[in-house]
Amino acid sequence: MSKPNPVSGSPDKEPATEAQEARSEARATPSAPAADTERAVPATATKQPAAEGPRPTLGRLFLDNLWAANTVTVTVLAVLLAMLVGAVLIIVSDPEVLATYSYITARPADALNASWTVVSEAYANLFKGAIFDPDAVGFTAAMGPISETLTYTAPLVFTGLAVALAFRGGLFNIGAQGQATIGVILSAVAGFALPLPPGVHLLVALIAGALGGALWGFVPGILKARTGAHEVINTIMLNYVAVYFLSWIIIQAGVQNPNRSDAISKPVDSSAQLPRLLGDNLRVHAGILVAVLATWFIAWLLNRSTLGFELRAVGENPDAARTAGISVTKTYVLVMVISGLLAGLGGSNMVLGSTANALTPLVIAQIGFDGILVALLGRVKPWGVLLAALLFGALQAGGNRMQSYSGISLELVTVLQALIVIFIAAPALVKAIFQLRAARAARLQTSLAKGW
Amino acid sequence: MSTTAVPEVAVTTVDEGFWTRARKTGAVLLALGLLATGLFGALATGEQARFTLSETEGGAALEINGTVGAILFGIIAAAAGAALLAGLPKRWFTLVLGVGLVAFVLSFLCWQVSAAPEGRNFMPLVNIVRGTFILALPLIFGSLAGVLCERSGVVNVAIEGQLLMGAFSGALFGSITGSVWVGLVAAAIGGAFISLLLAVFAIRYLVDQVVMGIVLNLLAVGVTGFLYERLMQTDAQKYNSAPRFSNWEIPLLKDIPLIGPALFRGNIFLYLGLLLVLVIHIALFRTRWGLRTRSVGEHPTAADTLGVKVLRLRYRNVLMAGLVAGVGGASYTLALYSFTKNMIGGKGFIALAALIFGRWSPTGALLAALFFGFADQLATYLGAIGSSIPSQFLAMLPYLATILAVAGLVGRVRAPAADGKPYIKG
Repeated sequence: MSKPNPVSGSPDKEPATEAQEARSEARATPSAPAADTERAVPATATKQPAAEGPRPTLGRLFLDNLWAANTVTVTVLAVLLAMLVGAVLIIVSDPEVLATYSYITARPADALNASWTVVSEAYANLFKGAIFDPDAVGFTAAMGPISETLTYTAPLVFTGLAVALAFRGGLFNIGAQGQATIGVILSAVAGFALPLPPGVHLLVALIAGALGGALWGFVPGILKARTGAHEVINTIMLNYVAVYFLSWIIIQAGVQNPNRSDAISKPVDSSAQLPRLLGDNLRVHAGILVAVLATWFIAWLLNRSTLGFELRAVGENPDAARTAGISVTKTYVLVMVISGLLAGLGGSNMVLGSTANALTPLVIAQIGFDGILVALLGRVKPWGVLLAALLFGALQAGGNRMQSYSGISLELVTVLQALIVIFIAAPALVKAIFQLRAARAARLQTSLAKGW
Repeated sequence: MSTTAVPEVAVTTVDEGFWTRARKTGAVLLALGLLATGLFGALATGEQARFTLSETEGGAALEINGTVGAILFGIIAAAAGAALLAGLPKRWFTLVLGVGLVAFVLSFLCWQVSAAPEGRNFMPLVNIVRGTFILALPLIFGSLAGVLCERSGVVNVAIEGQLLMGAFSGALFGSITGSVWVGLVAAAIGGAFISLLLAVFAIRYLVDQVVMGIVLNLLAVGVTGFLYERLMQTDAQKYNSAPRFSNWEIPLLKDIPLIGPALFRGNIFLYLGLLLVLVIHIALFRTRWGLRTRSVGEHPTAADTLGVKVLRLRYRNVLMAGLVAGVGGASYTLALYSFTKNMIGGKGFIALAALIFGRWSPTGALLAALFFGFADQLATYLGAIGSSIPSQFLAMLPYLATILAVAGLVGRVRAPAADGKPYIKG
């Protein structure tokens, strides 16, 4: 945080108009339940403004930076804002709590107490389900929440990386969902149809998934390169083609589970399953290790390799890249292939890990669309994606507990995730609400818009 | 579309030499026609293929021998393809292509209907036409919402969310008040709420419009799903039992054979949808508002120079789009079904496809929506007669058609030039 050459006081001056809007917007936001949301924020996100530096100037500098619109501050505040809106949703959807608001002028304490109880209980359960439950006894119970979080994190890392990589190459890959779908199909089929020894079988199944995703990424890539057809449209369309293909192949003879009449495939052989890391009672599996490896590889690819350089050059400015002798068409195709490959691996994780072991119509859930959110939250940087996926995995794991213990629908997690990304995508809004200073170093990209 | 194309390769798609786009299309159509003649003709049976002008097996019908029909229509399709390949004048292109495609579909139907088991080898055209319109309705509203947004330069990927929010608030407020009209207004406002978010973030905060659309879809799924579980599932009687619009029969028109029972005995949404297509078409191409909207979508700087308030117009159009899509969502919950989680199920994205397929024009969007609706209805029908064609592949058809259209294989589609680009007054 501390930088040489400190400029004391406010580093940047705000234009007058923006400061004015900031005030009006700050007034508009209710601030009552802010305290209770604070408690449930994941521990990684807490930063106490009270921290004292060794010397006053340094401490002052730290505080200045803390309240500036840098990446960390905006992210933390975005999470807080999202939880605030979530709290409002919890309150208005609870008829009993809502009833206390009908006489709020007579006895305001009732309404506030009831709201506090329902919201704090929900978010406490979110925390306990995602990170640690103080009441847990024994290793398995204590590690349970973390294990769940990591299980949900692994596939999101892959799809998040897929979307982020494409973004860096100037392409918007909305098709991670479809690519993951094709990946999950090929992985599962390789997982139950090929009689191979353990180890080899797992490897083959993973490669099959990656290839499936790569193929599904290649199509929009080549169409973009050859005809200029916009990848956003084509990937959206291919998502649905993949969904229908999945629903068709599940019920084909040789794929469908012969003992079942509903749409479910044969289970994947145990030789093709990712090994569990912490014993059979905890769901966390080796997929998370592969995910970290993939993050490292993509970080290397982007920042250290020739291809990564070309990719970023094309993403920043295709015309300049072409002038410099980079083949834009080749780069577009390669970006989409690698992106699809990653998304395909994300799909593999859903059927080779502990989430499921057979194809069903909803086997990959929403990992492709969540991947878009993860990539944006991670500021389209590989390690950022990993952290963002961790947050989303935690929300998912905690949401499960919140649903079963507090009766709050899991959909609230979707709302929270979408809201977090909305606030992230519009840092100007967060800046205005909290009257943050403009950050000096961090450049927050607000727009990637290029049109159709 | 071409704005973001890679210039070095985009050049290759410009028509040059013998292989113009018309000739390429003709070659494809010729191949399809030959396929129909050979394959469909061989697979069809000698049974009569009956296309009844009613909802049942009885009544007046068009009949043709299955094999004869499949081969005959296949030859027509092939002939149309050959004509295009031979280099027909450009003004005939659309007509001949249309005839060829319709003939191909008819050849396919002759095969399917004649090969269906005894007792089911007829096609009730009234049902098909009516089903096509019903299935196309949310697409029509959705793609009109897209037209309003994108013609003024704001990409609307949030159609799905607007439809869903409309369906939800229509059901919720319709149930609470017990009035269809309150439900209808609430649905429009629900759609406009998503639009408002899209507008504020896209226009005021310059967030990427596609990103915003995707995120808003997820937000709508989350919020409606959450409130559905918390309110509607716990007390369906109170929160999820909206009254429904009854069907209105239009005197005289309802007695027209085939079209009458299919189109003029529908509910308010059907009439409203068709009316809106007409109104928006006229407004867009014949009024001052339309001219301004189009100029803002093509070249906002020029429009601004001439005194058009670019941002205000965009706000207004995006909000109007939300109103339209919201009503489209209500065409589910205030006419057909009660609300369920994520009930739009991708229709918003097909509407987006219809918008693109229809080249960003209201009438084009209507035709595309009807085509997609027909594909959907056909899938249902073929499932009912036990066809050998998997319904999933028919369901893929709209999406594949859109990919082909966007890739320029069926015809060039071009988005408004400033679509998706935020306007910063400088």
